Amino acid sequence: MTADLFVVEDLTVTLPTGRGPVDVVKNVSFTVGRDDTLGIVGESGSGKSMTALAVLGLLPRGAETSGSIRLEGKELLGRSERELQSIRGNAISMVFQDPLSSLNPYYTVGLQIEEMYRAHRGGSRRDARKVAIEALERVHIPDAGRRIDHYPHQFSGGQRQRIMIAMALCCSPSLLIADEPTTALDVTVQAQILELMAELQSTTGTGMIFITHDLAVISSIAKRVLVMCAGDPVEYGTAEQVFSDPHHDYTRTLLDAVPRIDDEVAS
Amino acid sequence: MTRYVIGRLGGVVVILLAVCLFTYLIFFKLSPDPAVMICGKTCTPERIDSIRDVLGLNQPILTQFWEFLQGIFAGRDYGSVHCSAPCLGYSFQTNESVWSMITARLPVSITVAVGAAVLWLLAGVIGGLISAIKQGTWWDRTAMALALGGVSVPNYVLALVLQFVLVVKLQVLPFPSAPAFADNPLLWFESYIMPWTVLAVGYACLYARLTRANVIDTLQENYFRTARAKGLSRSLVLRRHALRPALTPITTIFGMDFAGLLGGALITETVFGLNGIGKMAADSIAKNDQPVIMAVTLLAAFFVVIGNVVVDLVYTTLDPRVRVTSS
Amino acid sequence: MSLLTINGVTKQFVTRGEGVLAPKATFTAVDNVSFEVELGETLAIVGESGSGKSTTARIAARLLEPTSGTVEFDGQDVTRATGKDLARFRNNVQVVFQDPFSSLNPRYTIERIVTAPLTYQGIAPKGGRRAFAQELMERVGLNPDHCQRYPAQFSGGQAQRIGIARALAVNPKLVICDEAVSALDVSIQAQVLKLLMRLQRESGFSYIFIAHDLAVVRQISQRVAVMNKGKIVELGSRDQIFSDPQDEYTKTLLAAVPRINPEWDRRRRSLGRAREAS
Repeated sequence: MTADLFVVEDLTVTLPTGRGPVDVVKNVSFTVGRDDTLGIVGESGSGKSMTALAVLGLLPRGAETSGSIRLEGKELLGRSERELQSIRGNAISMVFQDPLSSLNPYYTVGLQIEEMYRAHRGGSRRDARKVAIEALERVHIPDAGRRIDHYPHQFSGGQRQRIMIAMALCCSPSLLIADEPTTALDVTVQAQILELMAELQSTTGTGMIFITHDLAVISSIAKRVLVMCAGDPVEYGTAEQVFSDPHHDYTRTLLDAVPRIDDEVAS
Repeated sequence: MTRYVIGRLGGVVVILLAVCLFTYLIFFKLSPDPAVMICGKTCTPERIDSIRDVLGLNQPILTQFWEFLQGIFAGRDYGSVHCSAPCLGYSFQTNESVWSMITARLPVSITVAVGAAVLWLLAGVIGGLISAIKQGTWWDRTAMALALGGVSVPNYVLALVLQFVLVVKLQVLPFPSAPAFADNPLLWFESYIMPWTVLAVGYACLYARLTRANVIDTLQENYFRTARAKGLSRSLVLRRHALRPALTPITTIFGMDFAGLLGGALITETVFGLNGIGKMAADSIAKNDQPVIMAVTLLAAFFVVIGNVVVDLVYTTLDPRVRVTSS
Repeated sequence: MSLLTINGVTKQFVTRGEGVLAPKATFTAVDNVSFEVELGETLAIVGESGSGKSTTARIAARLLEPTSGTVEFDGQDVTRATGKDLARFRNNVQVVFQDPFSSLNPRYTIERIVTAPLTYQGIAPKGGRRAFAQELMERVGLNPDHCQRYPAQFSGGQAQRIGIARALAVNPKLVICDEAVSALDVSIQAQVLKLLMRLQRESGFSYIFIAHDLAVVRQISQRVAVMNKGKIVELGSRDQIFSDPQDEYTKTLLAAVPRINPEWDRRRRSLGRAREAS
């Protein structure tokens, strides 16, 4: 694990609100290595999604960031919109929670993958189409050559998320940020998507940030875990340490609250 | 798809027949006796009777309606005069064939409608888009305040003001005369520019507000965020992932507005003295020229109904979610 | 005699095929479903999206009429009940919905919201509406002084408590919870689950608990019905379903639930106990 693929140091995000500026992310630091998965876990309003959006420079208008975000040693904060464009989807890509609303209903999934590939790699439409078919095959969409011309609503929920993942990986990014990628999915589909993500990571070596509210999901996919609460990083360590010997009371409360399916029911 | 189109066209025929019957009943039964109208001031009962006979006014109302319909599709005879299809009768005022009156005036109305539509689409969509992107800035607030004002200005006020300023005071434009394009392109353009503008202003303001609202909604969509996260250029993100989804619902409204205009811009044509369907409607109503009123009503209904079908068909190709699957 | 008996209920919806213009088709959301609910027990219905669990809940609550089959409550057939009979049914069966905010009228005060079921039934609470509302607020663990506030002034967990208070206003025999804790954060979810269990202990009513989260179902239910594609594929006691599932689909569903690494979990518990002891 090379710890310096992706480094966030003292990241603070301030959003303007009706009652003045509010720090929604406070002094968050973490690193992600190659072939590494960092899980960011927290309840709603913990700032976990804002952290992800800050990385890609996609924060709402008026947001201010301070600290440092470095990919392969290069600072990302303070870059121009044009420079960020060449990073988004190319070096760092993102998968979102709701795959149906995250895909544009007006265009075929093929076009939506192709346009991304061509934005970063250029080339002809035919080349991009070949890449898109390969990307769909990699995420196990059957009959990809035909399905590439279908629209998002013609796929099932799980397939749509597979398409989002295919798209995110089509430019071979070094970092993938997945923001609640399985939250909107049924539990059996979630298991398939988690398996797929683990499989793809083992073949590509992409560093991954996996954001979720679900501690059980984090436990099954992350190597290291950052627990956030109301913008504060409350606990940061290996998954084993955070789950077996949490240092912070909040983490303990959170772990106690998770309903279990295997052991005796706590009453 | 073919089955759908045939079904829709069947519906169109039924609606048009209903409109026909309804207008026929209103204009021919509830208004003054046409025979008296035609006969004029020096009139004898015998003459009225013979006119009634020629027009078939003594027959039951449904028979009259049937003959009217027959006239449209197969032509009909008024006494010794044959009126070939499509026959909408003759004007009580000028004795001119109503069909030829329409064919002579329709190009003017189409010119007015098309020109205005191009203007209002350009101004409305571009203005609305810029406002949406610059939401909350001085540009947005000014543009939207103007748009609200623009919607509120009545056509005839704007028409008279423009005419007074540009034609009478500054004398930069001639009084509109609607010449053929081929004869004098410059004069043609100068004649139509005011009517286009007058008609376009209200619609442009409305469309600017619609476009702005739709684009702002689209900017909140998750797929718009995805498009940005993919690293697409700003122009591609806006064009493909904001404008297209935002404009698709507007095409529906545009189709209906445009179809409505084809049936004649009554006020604008009258104010500028353009000899289109709208002015024909205004004149015929003023003189109670029943065959002409009937014809312009039917024509407007025809455009609106056909416009509706076209809009629905176009929409199925614009929005893949409602597209007919052929499998 | 069971409190509620659902007997061979089927619900079909007329839909269109793919695209609005495609020919009509019928879709069977619930397919010949039967189950009973005893007084004081909690029956959970679990399933994935499209399994028909919510439609079943709506039929049980008489918010939807079944295409065929019967719904019996307290020995009376209420499948097509109207007027007074339906009012009596509604007095006994209440529903708590998933999204607390969209099921609370934002323009009404909490007092008005929680006493609404009484108002609709034409019952005047003893001691006045205010006192009644305050008592309900206290029962669900909310500050009774807040009963003049509006829904927007509460958090998601609090709003769900208000929804529960409203359900309790008429002293129902059966409360149907349709994904009632799904939208809540895990720590809030645990609190609301505890509240639901306490209220049942206090008042002895039954729950039909609709959920997609098997771990949550395991906390609260005595019996579990597993639904898939409109059918109940397995119905049994909680312990049987979770430790000895018979149906293939139930097994798949259970296997798919993500788990916290059990070894880590054990170590954390023993460390926690050690810490408490010292």
